[in-house]
Amino acid sequence: MSTEMKRRIFLKRSFAAGAVGVAAATGLLAPQQVLAAWNKAAFEAKELSGALDALMGSSAMAESADITVKAPDIAENGAVVPVTIDAGMDGVESIAVVASNNPVPLVAHFIMGPGATGFVSTRIKMGKTGDVIGVVKAGGKLYSAKKEVKVTIGGCGG
Amino acid sequence: MAKSIKIRAKESGGITTVKALMSHPMETGARKDSKTGKLIPAHFIQEVTCQHKGNTVMTAQWSGGISKNPYISFKFSGGAKGDELELTWKDNKDKSDSMTSTIK
Repeated sequence: MSTEMKRRIFLKRSFAAGAVGVAAATGLLAPQQVLAAWNKAAFEAKELSGALDALMGSSAMAESADITVKAPDIAENGAVVPVTIDAGMDGVESIAVVASNNPVPLVAHFIMGPGATGFVSTRIKMGKTGDVIGVVKAGGKLYSAKKEVKVTIGGCGG
Repeated sequence: MAKSIKIRAKESGGITTVKALMSHPMETGARKDSKTGKLIPAHFIQEVTCQHKGNTVMTAQWSGGISKNPYISFKFSGGAKGDELELTWKDNKDKSDSMTSTIK
């Protein structure tokens, strides 16, 4: 084998090793870093755009018909409003639940692990009538859908 | 501490649906005590994680905007009947609790 050949094999191998290293650094380690920290800035933001900037790195989102936000038309008790968000798309990374007129609009952020489908259901508090917005991050982009919920008795304070 | 979590997981057609109920006051910190007029300090669950076979299938980060005694439901694929699931919550006072259940 000539030195030239050896050099080529060496290069190939080092490239392969390099690729694995990059995959470990970006693909495998990143989710754990996300898990570690509760996003204080996002959960203290008073504006939706500020919360999304802090949470997802962007607040530019497109409305999507693939996302269903299920919530009651009229919530008699704002302290308990059942909300279901079903994103009919592949590769959902995370889902944020936002109550637009709450003092702290960002209510919850669900980070979906491998295998998890774009479905979450929970119960939220709503201070007054407003939109419930489901923001879905899929394939690095943000999609949203919303539904207005009329609140007759507020659930924040009172 | 008494167990504060109820969890139920059911597998059907390859998709596991997890439903969990936690008991927690979920105080936002913005509510006033009607007798003293003082603010009730914030006390709410910040993070809920669900583990299946060493993988985190779902992490939820919450504000105080989630209702008292929180309910959560989500779905994932890859679970089988008899598998163990562990759900853990942690609140802003660094208290935590966890519960293990098997998929039915």
